[in-house]
Amino acid sequence: MQGDAVLQLDRVELAQPGFRLTADWSVPKGARVALIGPSGAGKSSLLSAIAGFFPPVGGHVLWDGSALDGLAPGERPLSILFQDQNLFPHLTVAQNVGMGLRTDLRLSADQTARVTAALARVGLAGLESRRPAELSGGQQGRAALARVLLRARPLLLLDEPFAALGPALKTQMLDLLGDVAGETDATVLMVTHDPADARRFAGLTVLVEGGTAHAPAPTEALFTAPPPELAAYLGAT
Amino acid sequence: MVAAPLGAVAWSAGGLRLSPADLAALRFTLTQAVLSALVSVLLAVPVARALARRRFPGRGVLITLMGAPFLLPVIVAVLGLVAVFGRAGWLNGALALAGLPRVDVYGLQGVVLAHVFLNLPLATRMILQGWQAIPAERFRLAESLSFGPAQMARYLERPMLAEVVPGALATVFAVCLTSFAVALVLGGGPGATTLELAIYQAVRFEFDLGHAAGLALVQTALGGAAALAAWRMARAAGFGAGLQMAPALRGPAGWRRAADALAIALAAGFLLLPLGALLIRGLPGLLQLPDMVWLAAARSIAVALLSTAVTITAALILALAVARGGPRWLDLAAALPLATSGLVLGTGLFLIVQPVMAPTRLALPVTILVNALLALPFVFRLLLPEARALEAGYGRLAGSLGLSGAARLRLLTLPRLARPIGFAAGLAAALSMGDLGVIALFAAEQGATLPLVVQRLMGAYRTDAAAGASLLLVGLSFALFWAFDAGGRRAAA
Repeated sequence: MQGDAVLQLDRVELAQPGFRLTADWSVPKGARVALIGPSGAGKSSLLSAIAGFFPPVGGHVLWDGSALDGLAPGERPLSILFQDQNLFPHLTVAQNVGMGLRTDLRLSADQTARVTAALARVGLAGLESRRPAELSGGQQGRAALARVLLRARPLLLLDEPFAALGPALKTQMLDLLGDVAGETDATVLMVTHDPADARRFAGLTVLVEGGTAHAPAPTEALFTAPPPELAAYLGAT
Repeated sequence: MVAAPLGAVAWSAGGLRLSPADLAALRFTLTQAVLSALVSVLLAVPVARALARRRFPGRGVLITLMGAPFLLPVIVAVLGLVAVFGRAGWLNGALALAGLPRVDVYGLQGVVLAHVFLNLPLATRMILQGWQAIPAERFRLAESLSFGPAQMARYLERPMLAEVVPGALATVFAVCLTSFAVALVLGGGPGATTLELAIYQAVRFEFDLGHAAGLALVQTALGGAAALAAWRMARAAGFGAGLQMAPALRGPAGWRRAADALAIALAAGFLLLPLGALLIRGLPGLLQLPDMVWLAAARSIAVALLSTAVTITAALILALAVARGGPRWLDLAAALPLATSGLVLGTGLFLIVQPVMAPTRLALPVTILVNALLALPFVFRLLLPEARALEAGYGRLAGSLGLSGAARLRLLTLPRLARPIGFAAGLAAALSMGDLGVIALFAAEQGATLPLVVQRLMGAYRTDAAAGASLLLVGLSFALFWAFDAGGRRAAA
């Protein structure tokens, strides 16, 4: 697994008053990794640190062997979707998605066509001029994924963007997410609190608890024979 | 920008030797500010209580109107008051008919009268907010325990007032401390000169800049202390929106009902009569205004627009920086102009400019700059919470997409902040439009702004022309405010 490691967390240490988290592991190229663990354990903070919003107090985040230290979030080779506020409410769907190509929105005819195609790809054909408030929750998620598609960054971070959706809709979104990640060859890290999401989507799972983000382990094996910490989180059955 | 003029003032002050006249000015400044604050707030309490517990048609309009004096050019207010309370005014006319002695609108009582006129609405709104901040549940509980008005006052209203009144007093006191235009027209002479007026006289008539600088230093120390106190004590500004409240408040019946009605009627009359008088007197002359009035109006609009542009730019930069977790001194820098006054900054700039060229040639640029600085604290306070909300809501998304620089300003900041920017720009433009302070210090015969022309017409006893010009001034001030505010709202929609 170390051989083709593309994302490496080299003794990364996060600290805030009353909170500490260490992570020292790597992820192979193209992997789909679920981050699971109790709330407050630091799943989102770890994602924020990788994205560049939350500087670690120690260690380095490396991509393809080079450290990302000091790079602004927008300059990192990644896209991130948050729990909410993934779209600007005052811009149209097409403008929001177009930001995946050029943030100043001075798009060429060719780029505009790509925006239209991306929207069609996620099932939002014809909704270009709508505002986010005029879309359903699922459609908003699709629009955000269309932007991810156009940004085509090699790493995709997801901070439970579909947590508010119902089960059926969430399954659809996870499948679409899998397609988008496949089409852009992206490595995916996804925070979730639902073991079913992890089993459905992620080949690897990172357990975050007790101040440590444990090294990724194969999801099926992990859930079939959970170590004590995971068993405690899942609850004895 | 604030520090440079203050530095010049301090440099030139050359030892503080206050003459007896200066001490008299200091004493008068303090006396009138204390009296103005006390009277304004004392009168505001019954008006605010009446507005809080009564519902009547036009109540909303009246509360909105209470925000208007903030935008009303001071010189216009003074003119209106003279029309009602002056030597040839309505009141003295009525008194003469009744065979009573005349009242005099000049001197201490005139200055206090004008300050009460200008600040009663502000104090009323501040205290009204205090009433509206009492949770409706508290009143419901009071009703369920069948509190009478006396218990209501003891357990609910007096504790609230104890909290709100000091802030209102401090705010009005601080505002009146830097009053210039009112004292210029209604004060003057040994017995009724404020420090601001003394600075003006030292520069314009005595040509003693060292003396002016010394006075400016005293004014700054005083103003700084008062502004700090007001900033600390006043929790919420007394302007802006503020109509929504719990519907539960039910006023007591009986004579208190009549007393409330009387308080509201008196306050409305006191605020509206002078403006009505001005309207009646000024309207006929509006079309026959001398050319210099129109020229001055054009000049004033240009000054207002430019100073608004400067203020909004500076305040937006500061607010965005603070919202993104910038250093604390930025916050302080934005509040710093509160400690100064137009005349203090003007004196400082006069001192800086004078060795290089004739200050009159820079009258308009200096006015633009000073007006921009004086509006900065208000505009900053209006924009800061909105900038914070913007950063909290969309800062991460913008960061993750790499949206920055001009694109961020165009696609995120301006569209999301259009409404508060429009409101703040309207405020800044109206304040600048109506300002009569630093321009009086700098302007030559030519190159006056509209408020200065109004004052000069008044000084020349051309009362009808002054009334006409002041109507134009009010109209333009409110038009500017409305245009910016509506523009911001439309851009946000």
